Amino acid sequence: MNEFLQQLVSGIAVGCVYALVALGFVLIYKATDIVNFAHGEVMMVGAFLGLTFIEILKMPYWIGLLLAIACMTVFGMLLNRFLLRPLAGQGILAVIVVTLGLSILLRAFASVIWGPETFTLQTPFYNRVVRVGEVVLSQEHVAIIVLTIVLVAALYAFFRYSRIGIAMQATSENQLAAYYVGIPVQKVHSLIWALGAATAGVAGIMLAPIAFVQVNMGYVGLKAFPAAVLGGFGSIPGAIVGGVIIGVVESMAVLYLPEGINSVAAYMLLLLVLMVRPQGLFGIQSKRRV
Amino acid sequence: MSLFQVKDLAVHFGGIKAVDGVSFEVEKGSIFTIIGPNGAGKTTIFNLVSRINDPTAGSIHFEGRDITRVAANQVASLGIARTFQNIELFDNANVMQNILVGCHVHVGTSLLSEILRLPSFKRHEIESRKNVEKIIDFLGLDAYRDSTVGSLPYGVRKMVELGRALAVSPKLLLLDEPSSGLNVEETDNIGSWIRDIRDVLGVTILMVEHDMRLVSAVSDRVLALNYGKLLAIGTAAQVQRDPAVISAYLGN
Amino acid sequence: MYFLKRTSYRDDLRLFPDRFTLWQYLALFAGLLLLPLAADGYILSQATFVFIYGIVAVGMMLLVGYTGQISLGHAAFFAVGAYTAAVLQFRGMAFLPAFVAAGALSGLVGVIIGLPALRVKGVYLAMATLSFAFIVEEVIVRWSSVTRGNRGMTVNDPVIFGLKLSGPVHMYYLSGVVFWLVMLVVLNVLRSRTGRALSALRDSDVAAESMGINLAKFKTTAFAISAVATGLAGALYAHKLSYISPEQFGIMVSVEFLMMIIIGGLGSLHGAVFGAMFFILLPQIIVGIKNFLPAKIAELPVLESVSFGVMVILFVLFEPRGLNGYWVRLKTYVSLFPFYRQGMFKRNKIAASDLIKH
Repeated sequence: MNEFLQQLVSGIAVGCVYALVALGFVLIYKATDIVNFAHGEVMMVGAFLGLTFIEILKMPYWIGLLLAIACMTVFGMLLNRFLLRPLAGQGILAVIVVTLGLSILLRAFASVIWGPETFTLQTPFYNRVVRVGEVVLSQEHVAIIVLTIVLVAALYAFFRYSRIGIAMQATSENQLAAYYVGIPVQKVHSLIWALGAATAGVAGIMLAPIAFVQVNMGYVGLKAFPAAVLGGFGSIPGAIVGGVIIGVVESMAVLYLPEGINSVAAYMLLLLVLMVRPQGLFGIQSKRRV
Repeated sequence: MSLFQVKDLAVHFGGIKAVDGVSFEVEKGSIFTIIGPNGAGKTTIFNLVSRINDPTAGSIHFEGRDITRVAANQVASLGIARTFQNIELFDNANVMQNILVGCHVHVGTSLLSEILRLPSFKRHEIESRKNVEKIIDFLGLDAYRDSTVGSLPYGVRKMVELGRALAVSPKLLLLDEPSSGLNVEETDNIGSWIRDIRDVLGVTILMVEHDMRLVSAVSDRVLALNYGKLLAIGTAAQVQRDPAVISAYLGN
Repeated sequence: MYFLKRTSYRDDLRLFPDRFTLWQYLALFAGLLLLPLAADGYILSQATFVFIYGIVAVGMMLLVGYTGQISLGHAAFFAVGAYTAAVLQFRGMAFLPAFVAAGALSGLVGVIIGLPALRVKGVYLAMATLSFAFIVEEVIVRWSSVTRGNRGMTVNDPVIFGLKLSGPVHMYYLSGVVFWLVMLVVLNVLRSRTGRALSALRDSDVAAESMGINLAKFKTTAFAISAVATGLAGALYAHKLSYISPEQFGIMVSVEFLMMIIIGGLGSLHGAVFGAMFFILLPQIIVGIKNFLPAKIAELPVLESVSFGVMVILFVLFEPRGLNGYWVRLKTYVSLFPFYRQGMFKRNKIAASDLIKH
C-alpha cells in the first residue's frame, strides 16, 4: 500500500511537471497558432538557468528560482520576436520544422555553455520526507504538487481578473477582433511567450531533482504533447489534467507493466486518443466549412 | 420518375435546425435553383447531397436509388458532381491536371499498371486526356491549359472548377453560387454556359444562387428557403411573387 | 529561347519530354557509371550515402511533399528495414529475398503507422508519427532476443547469386541501382492517376472526395510506398555500415530526414536528391571551413548539428522553395535567355510550407 501511494504521488508530481510544460505549450498555441516543438528544450534552458543561479552562483533556492523565471520571460519574448514572428502566415510545416531546428540549436548551445554532463540541482526538499499517517512520501514530490497548485491558481486568477489576462484570452479566441477593440496583439503575444517560457522554466527547475539537469532533458518535456492532446488541444485545464494523467499512467506502468512500457506509455496513450477521440477530454472538434 | 428527390430532409447541429423538413424533386434535363437569404441552409443541402454531412432525418434518392448514407467518395461514381462556394481547386496543379482529376472515377488504372507503364495504362491516360481536351474546348480554357491554377484570375478559376465537375460526366451537376464574385457581364456569360451544359451535354442542374437575374434567366423551377424551411416552390416568376418570400428577403 | 513542342498525347506521357533532357540524363548515368574509375573509396562511400539517403528523401517527398502527410516517424521505417535485413541474414536467408522482405515488412509497418492519417492531419499527424517512432525504437531495444537490443547487430556483406559484394565499389553500384529503380517507380506513380489523386488530397481533401477519390486508400498507398522505399534504404544502410544499433534510429534521425527534404525543396523529386546531397555534404563543408574558424569554435562537436539546424531555419524563413528553388530559377534563366526578368519568381511565390495546410 505504501509503495502504491508513493508511486501514485511520484506520478502526480511528475505529472505536474508535464502539466506545467503542457500549459505553456497550449497557451502559446492558443494565442499564436504555433506548435512549439522546442518547448521541452525551453524547459531545459530554465533548468540550466536555475542550476546557474542556485548551484554555480550559490544563491538561495527561492531567489535563484525567481531570477531564473525572470530570465525565462525575457528569453521567451526574444524567441517570439526574432524567430517566430517572421513565421507568421507560413504553413504548419514551416512552424514544425523551425521549432525542431530551434530544439537542436538550444541543445547544442546548452552543451557548449554548460557542458554535456549531468548536473544535480539541490533543493531545500532534497532527501526529506513527509509522513501522512502511515505513509512516507518524498518531500520533493509533495513540494512539486503544492507549487503547481499554487501556480495554476495564480494563473487562473490572472486570466480571470486582470486586464492583461483577459486581453490574452481575447487574443487567443479571435485575433482580428482583438485588434479591432484596440488590444496590442503583438505585445500580448510577447507576454504569452514570456509566460509560456516562464512556466516551462519552473517546470524544469522542479524536475531537476528527479531527472537531473542535462541537455537531453527536453525529451521529458516532449511529453507535453501527449498531455496537451489528451486534455484536448487548446484547452488549458485539459493540458493540466492531461499532464497529471500521463504522469500517473507512467508511474503505474513501472509498477504493474513489463519493463520499458513506461517510457512509451505516454505515446501509446497519445495514439489511442488520436484514434478514438481526437479532440481529447475537453477539446472541441471543428470542421472546415465549405 | 424524377431523376433526383429529396424527402423531409433535416439536419440539426446541436439546437440549430439548419435544414428542417425540406422536400423537392428535380426532373431530368431541367435546371432547378434553390434561393434564400444567407444562412438559409442552401449550401448545407448541397453538403448533404454530396455527403459531406449526414442528415438527421429524411432521405435523398437519385435515379431511384437511396443515397442518403452513401460514402462521400462514392457520390461521383453515381453520377453527381459539384462546384464549391469558395472554389476548392487544386492550387498547385495546372488546369489540365485539375480537370484530369475529374476523370478519376471513370478511368481506373491499377497501381501496378502505373508503375510498369503497361499499354493499358497508356490507353487509359490518353482516353482521359482526350476527354479533358473536349472540356477545355467547350469552356474555352485552351490558353490556360498549362497554367498553375493558383495564380489564375477568379473568373477563370470558376470555369476550371466547372470543367473539373464536367469531367466526371455527371448526370446531375450541383452548382454552388456560380455567379458569386462575377460582374454583370461575367454572370450573363455563365448563364449561357449553364444553359449550354443542359442543352448540349444533357446534364441536369441543381443550383444555389443569389443573383435573381440569373435565376430567372436559366431556371425551370425554383425553391425558396429560409431558416432551413421551404417557403415556396414553383417557376422563378411564381416564387418571386410569393408573399412569404418577399417578406423573408425584404422584411415585414 | 527554348520551346517545348508536343504534338501528340504520347508526348505528354513521356518521361523525358525532349531529346535534350534525355541526353542530359544519359550523360549523368554515364558519369555515375564511370565514377569508380576516377574516384577513390572515400568519395564512392559518400556517393553511396547520397544514394541511400536519396532513397529515403524520395520516399519522404512522395508522402510529405506530394501527399501532404507530415511524418516525423520515418526513422521507424529505416530501422525496420535495417533490422529485417540484419536479422534475416543472421538466420541464414540469402540477400535478395531478405532485401525484398525488408521492404515488404517496412511497407506493412507503413500502413500501420499511416492509420492515424485516416483520422487526423497536420500537427496531430506529426505527433502521431513521432509517437510511433518512439515506440518502434523501444521495441527494438526490448526485443533483444531477436535484435540483440542495445548491443547491436553485425551485418555481413550482401551476396547475390554467389557474388559477394564487398568494398565501396560494389556497395556504390548496388545502392545506385536501387536508387534509380525507386526513383523510376515514384516518378511513374506521380505521373499517373494515383499521383494526381495524392496531390489532390493534399490540396483540397474535400474536393478530392467529391471527385470520387477514396482518401483512406490513397493515404495508405502513399504511406506504404514511402515506407517500402525507406525500408529498402535501411537495408542498404545496414549492409553499408556492417553494424547497426538502436541509437542510430532515434527520433533525431526522423527530424533530420524531414529537414533534409525541406532544405531540398518540398514538392519536387529534384529537391529530394538535392536535400540528400546537402545532408551528406554539410559535414564535409564544415570540415573544410574549420580551418577558417577560431580554434574554440572549430573544436566543437556540436558544430554539425548546429549548422543543420541553422540552415533549415534560414531556408524556411528566406527560401521556402529550398535548393530546388535555386535550381528552377537557374533552369528558367537558361531556357528563357536572354529574356529572364529579375524578380520573375516573386509574384508566383507558392511557399513550400503552403503545400501543407492545417
